[in-house]
Amino acid sequence: MSTATPSAPNTPAAPTNKLGFTKQDYVGSKSTLCAGCGHDAITAQIINAAFESNLEGYRVTKYSGIGCSSKTPAYFLNQGWGFNSVHGRMPSIATGASLANRNLINIGVSGDGDSMSIGMGQFVHAVRRNIPMIYIIEDNGVYGLTKGQFSATADKGSHLKSGAVNDLPPIDPCTLAIELGCGFVARCFSGNPKQLNTILKAAFAYEGTVVLDIISPCVTFNNHDASTRSYKHVKDHDFPLHDLGFIQYSEVEDVDIAAGQTEVVTFPDGSKVAIKAIHEGYDPTDRFGAMKAIHESMAKGEFLTGLLYINPTQAPLPQTLNLVDEPLASLDETVLKPSPAVLDDIMQALM
Amino acid sequence: MTASLAAPALTKGAKTRINDFSIQVATVNGSGSQTANTVLLRAIFQMGVFVSGKNLFPSNIAGLPTWFTIRASAKGYVARKASNEMLILMNPETAKEDIAKADPGALVIYDEPLQLDKLRDDLDFTPVPFQKLVTASCPEPKLHKLVKNMIYVGVASRLLGIDMEEVKKAIAKQLKGKAKAIELNQTACMAGYDWAMENLPDQDHVKVVRDNKTQGLIIVDGNEACALGALFAGVTVVGWYPITPASSLVETFIEYAEEYRKDPKTGKSTVAIVQMEDELASAGVVLSAGWAGARSMTSTAGPGVSLMSEFIGLGYYVEAPGVFFNVARTGPSTGLPTRTQQSDVELCAKCSHGDTQHINLYPGNMEECFQFSYDAFDLAERFQTPIFVVTDLDLGMQNWSSKPFAYPSKPYDRGKVLNQQQLAEIKDWGRYKDVDGDGICYRSLPGTPGGKGSYFTRGSGHNAYAQYSEKPEDYVAVVDRLKRKYETAKSHVPGPVFRNLGSDKGLLAFGSSDPAAIEAQDILAEAGIKTDYLRLRALPFTAEVDAYVKEKKVVYVVEQNRDGQMANIFRETYPEHATKFKSVLHYDGYAIDAKCIVDQITAFEQK
Ligand SMILES: Cc1ncc(C[n+]2csc(CCOP(=O)(O)OP(=O)(O)O)c2C)c(N)n1
Ligand code: SF4
Ligand SMILES: [Mg+2]
Repeated sequence: MSTATPSAPNTPAAPTNKLGFTKQDYVGSKSTLCAGCGHDAITAQIINAAFESNLEGYRVTKYSGIGCSSKTPAYFLNQGWGFNSVHGRMPSIATGASLANRNLINIGVSGDGDSMSIGMGQFVHAVRRNIPMIYIIEDNGVYGLTKGQFSATADKGSHLKSGAVNDLPPIDPCTLAIELGCGFVARCFSGNPKQLNTILKAAFAYEGTVVLDIISPCVTFNNHDASTRSYKHVKDHDFPLHDLGFIQYSEVEDVDIAAGQTEVVTFPDGSKVAIKAIHEGYDPTDRFGAMKAIHESMAKGEFLTGLLYINPTQAPLPQTLNLVDEPLASLDETVLKPSPAVLDDIMQALM
Repeated sequence: MTASLAAPALTKGAKTRINDFSIQVATVNGSGSQTANTVLLRAIFQMGVFVSGKNLFPSNIAGLPTWFTIRASAKGYVARKASNEMLILMNPETAKEDIAKADPGALVIYDEPLQLDKLRDDLDFTPVPFQKLVTASCPEPKLHKLVKNMIYVGVASRLLGIDMEEVKKAIAKQLKGKAKAIELNQTACMAGYDWAMENLPDQDHVKVVRDNKTQGLIIVDGNEACALGALFAGVTVVGWYPITPASSLVETFIEYAEEYRKDPKTGKSTVAIVQMEDELASAGVVLSAGWAGARSMTSTAGPGVSLMSEFIGLGYYVEAPGVFFNVARTGPSTGLPTRTQQSDVELCAKCSHGDTQHINLYPGNMEECFQFSYDAFDLAERFQTPIFVVTDLDLGMQNWSSKPFAYPSKPYDRGKVLNQQQLAEIKDWGRYKDVDGDGICYRSLPGTPGGKGSYFTRGSGHNAYAQYSEKPEDYVAVVDRLKRKYETAKSHVPGPVFRNLGSDKGLLAFGSSDPAAIEAQDILAEAGIKTDYLRLRALPFTAEVDAYVKEKKVVYVVEQNRDGQMANIFRETYPEHATKFKSVLHYDGYAIDAKCIVDQITAFEQK
């Protein structure tokens, strides 16, 4: 069990964030994944981004389904509560808890198998409802935990280590999320920590559903030459869309954003994302343009990475349901239980 | 029209059944007959007579046949009665079959053009020229279909001797505030009444005579009663998916929540209600909301419970609270979705894979639907586990008269939840440590500040500190403790209700079988077979149930399913008494009636 009293300064003093926590305060238990697994690199960036974003660890809840990827919430943010649920059903777990307590910071971790096959229905509907959560898909194109079967994101023509060829087309979580109305959709590569870090920090500041499809090679089952999800292949085909900068609301006044080619998107809390385009003509606020660009690059076998689509104006579910500001979980009998007079009225009406 | 005059011999000598008869109304689904039937039922109720109604409707929106039976009983028997003394036949498609099945001597009101009176000579036929009466009483052709139903209410009221003022009041009640509809229906009803007055001779088969048995009673269905229980229990998160016969539970809750669960100052809601994409997702919402400290629920039927079962196992093993209403219907698969059964008994008792056991509540009447729903939320939080409230279509969707519900003044039991300060004071907290020896551990809620109490909930093996573990001893320790927790529940769930006649023969029933079981117990006693009746109200079995099983020589277990599911649970729980349990079964989709119980027990007794 972790304690969230900021760590006693070591010698030499470990750097602390604005809350007085060190990075060590954001870690979890030791990972049990294969050495070199992309998922561990993602865990590392979640820890960094949470530390740098001054996240209040006790408010964090971590949800997952089943898979190697879904194990990772145990490996970061021990200050927060975790709920490792059943295969493909992480979104409903996030839905219930986020409604029960709207003050929680919700991080969901899933796999490509967990979200794009068994859990497709829940993925789709969570996005549609705009659950306040970061929805991370650690995407390796295979079922790691059950030892390397194809998943639904595997590219057509890609090979398993055994030699089996995938002859079905892939499902792309990002275009799907955009289609479903998600207001924050990004693709990242576990091998590009800087980009992932910035996007995670922006994601922490966003209010609704964030869909992050993170290409995350499975070194044990899908890292060979004939795989399109290997480190080498992704490095060679990764096309970052832009240089991203993220400025938390508390820092906005101190930071100058260079004018010129930089586009700035402001979140309701005042945080800003600065986007300097690399890929010509890509506008992440243009939904249809984004869809077109992603489809075109997929046809060429490229991975466009970065912030694919952003629209920070959509109401998350607790707001849509017009819930009281106080967490539902903390309402007590005095608020919840109608009076005897109310029961009397109801009984009278039934007589 | 002279049919009834032509057959007076039939009634001669037969005693008039006063406040003790059944009426069956055959109509077409979607024709608006539900309102008419409810008005007739209410009018009899307002005459002070015990009455119950059963709607036998098809799985269809409009067009298929539907039957509504109304039973009046001076003695207060409210189970379905297999025989009917009066038939009202409005559906040309089923009329001939209805006639073929009619009990000899029944009074048959029918639509004149159907010409049913030649079909049998042992029935008392009363043809009514409905179309003529409709045209005369209602100027708007598009309303004719609806109005026609009200005319039979008028005719029946005249023949039964129901005070028309009560009928008018019932119409006003049923159509709450819709002035124009009230007037139209009252006029149509009066037209039927007046016509019958002028054209039909009085009859003496069946009569309603004013009584005072229903003073101060309410009429309600079980789904509404459960919804009210949840309202007063302060449910804060509802995840659900529509399914007959469970939908109206949440739908009624939504109506009440609109009125009673809004913050008076801001108009904001104190309950989150989400129609999910399926029952699996509903179960996920319920368990995670419960885990996060909300009072959560869902309402479903058998197919939904089947879908939820993976999650229910997770809820049991990780110990997350939530209330699951199962309003059961008939059959595996889609079966007969608009008919009743008690066939999810074993499903709910052990829902999910692996070793699982659940607390189940079986309300047997409307007051219990209300009270047990209220209690279910306490039990869920106290025992940190999914709780099933098992009703069925008969309880859930039929009209029942009931005493008004008593205010549940018992304060909420939020269970063993540690707050920030308590967590700070505890030295060695473990989420799954059995500190009190009752199998129930102390939990913390996500979002509790102070830096203590966070833990990782997982469906995989874990130890007392919620850490991942594959050690055999850790696994066994957890599941053995869960069993201990289930033992503890024995002293928290509602015990049985007895109706003892002083016998070593047991009669055992639960839920909606109660009215038929009581009636059967009386009939059997008159025939010299005395029984001690136990109405079971929950799983696990309490000490009173243990004692009863030990003491009886034989226990007739009455239930509405094919396989004797409850009897199976008894045999498994009490293997040394296994041969005592004899199954009395009814499973054709209609609500159980006393006669079928009497017949089966008599047959056993004659062996
Ligand atoms: C209902 C159910 N079916 C099957 C499984 C077996 N299973 C466990 S993980 C998994 C696939 C995980 O793949 P993915 O989500 O891509 O995670 P990865 O291991 O690749 O990170 C499967 C099929 C299960 N746990 N539950
Ligand atoms: S099997 Fe693949 S996905 Fe699973 S831990 Fe190993 S490398 Fe990672
Ligand atoms: Mg995978």
